[in-house]
Amino acid sequence: MAIDFLVHEAADGVGVVVVEGLKAGQEITGWVMKEDKTVTIKILNDIPIGHKVALQDFATGDTVIKYSTDIGKVVAPIKKGEHLHVHNVKTKRW
Amino acid sequence: MQTKFFGYRRENGRVGIRNHVVILPLDDLSNAACEAVANNIKGVLALPHAYGRLQFGKDLDLHFRTLIGAGCNPNVAAVVVIGIEPQWTNKIVEGIATTGKPVFGFSIEQNGDLNTIAAASRKAKELLQWATELQRTECDVKELVVSTKCGESDTTSGIATNPTVGNAYDKLYDQGSTLIFGETTELTGGEHLVLERCINDEVRADFQKYFDRYAKVIDDHKTSDLSDSQPTKGNIEGGLTTIEEKALGNIQKIGRKAPVVGCLDLAEAPTGPGLWFMDSSSAAAEMVTLCAAAGAVVHLFPTGQGNIIGNPILPVIKLCSNPRTLRTMEEHFDVNVSGLVRREINMDQAGDMLLEMMIRTCNGRLTAAEALGHREFIMTRLYESA
Repeated sequence: MAIDFLVHEAADGVGVVVVEGLKAGQEITGWVMKEDKTVTIKILNDIPIGHKVALQDFATGDTVIKYSTDIGKVVAPIKKGEHLHVHNVKTKRW
Repeated sequence: MQTKFFGYRRENGRVGIRNHVVILPLDDLSNAACEAVANNIKGVLALPHAYGRLQFGKDLDLHFRTLIGAGCNPNVAAVVVIGIEPQWTNKIVEGIATTGKPVFGFSIEQNGDLNTIAAASRKAKELLQWATELQRTECDVKELVVSTKCGESDTTSGIATNPTVGNAYDKLYDQGSTLIFGETTELTGGEHLVLERCINDEVRADFQKYFDRYAKVIDDHKTSDLSDSQPTKGNIEGGLTTIEEKALGNIQKIGRKAPVVGCLDLAEAPTGPGLWFMDSSSAAAEMVTLCAAAGAVVHLFPTGQGNIIGNPILPVIKLCSNPRTLRTMEEHFDVNVSGLVRREINMDQAGDMLLEMMIRTCNGRLTAAEALGHREFIMTRLYESA
């Protein structure tokens, strides 16, 4: 099956889109690399190649986990399937 | 993996994969004479740069270490040094001469550009004709000093391309190669992972010292949260959101096996095999130039959005897994590992593809950056001139 996004491991809250042209409303397929399993999710925004899709709901102040590690804090609520990037997540450093 | 290749064994036993005759300016004033010599004598390589006047203290030490290190690099067969005056010129000459390779200095004061260029050109011609008769001999990958730095990273870097370098680093570690990584600021958010990999408490303390020093530079000079600079605009376009995410992707390059055996100051050469951390800027041309000065002879450079950097004396092998980048700027890449993001190849296969290209490069194949003429030789400065 063709893969639309990758997830480092099942504990991560985000996936990485690896194909071009994904549109809001599409059901997309992801590969969870560490556990070697396939997941699907309906995306709520257009998401460019390389950008992240939220795999769960996040509230403001939540921590985003990728590589099983903290990659920053949520600064605006994010729904499962939405585009997660600089408009709703910020660094905790610097 | 293939462990043998044909390289150049230098007077001090060190192994190079290129055979450059370098025309090295001591200072910015001497760039014109160096470039004139390179124009007169076809096949020598001038390394113009912007600095060398009124530097002092640690910044001056770094200037000398970078130029002497570049001249000592085993990819360099012989060197002509040109400076405005003889004393600092001779300091560079004497530093390079410790390798046993031919090196000659020329100074411009009391001679002028034209006489200096004439004398240096005659010597450069002699050295070039000598160097072009040197033969490649069989060498082993354990004799290689390999460096890595990523650039214009995106999320495909962290998930596919950087782990490909990590896989290759694990295999090179098993072979006894010397391996360098750095990019001090771009470990922010993953510094605990590097600390865990340090071989003992002494190395751990050393790494923490370098990391804290650079973090203080950021804290002292930042005017915002650095989101306009780290991640870069290209990183953000590629989907990276925070420095922590970028750092966790960056760290994939050091693989899973090798402990960090030591920490190096900027442009300082490793003293034995294994994985070394070198304090360094995260700006690609600065970091790769520091690696060249530290004696690295081949560089593995993963990119996401397409950093096009090269280096005049250290061949830079580019690998990429982002399908859009590979489609839009294909001529810049040596290894295409996009099969990883399509689930068509595994990491072990990707690592082998990179190592195969590394051996071909060591045997003489020009990298994409070399063929396209990318010769970014960029000195790191620590502070203002006196």
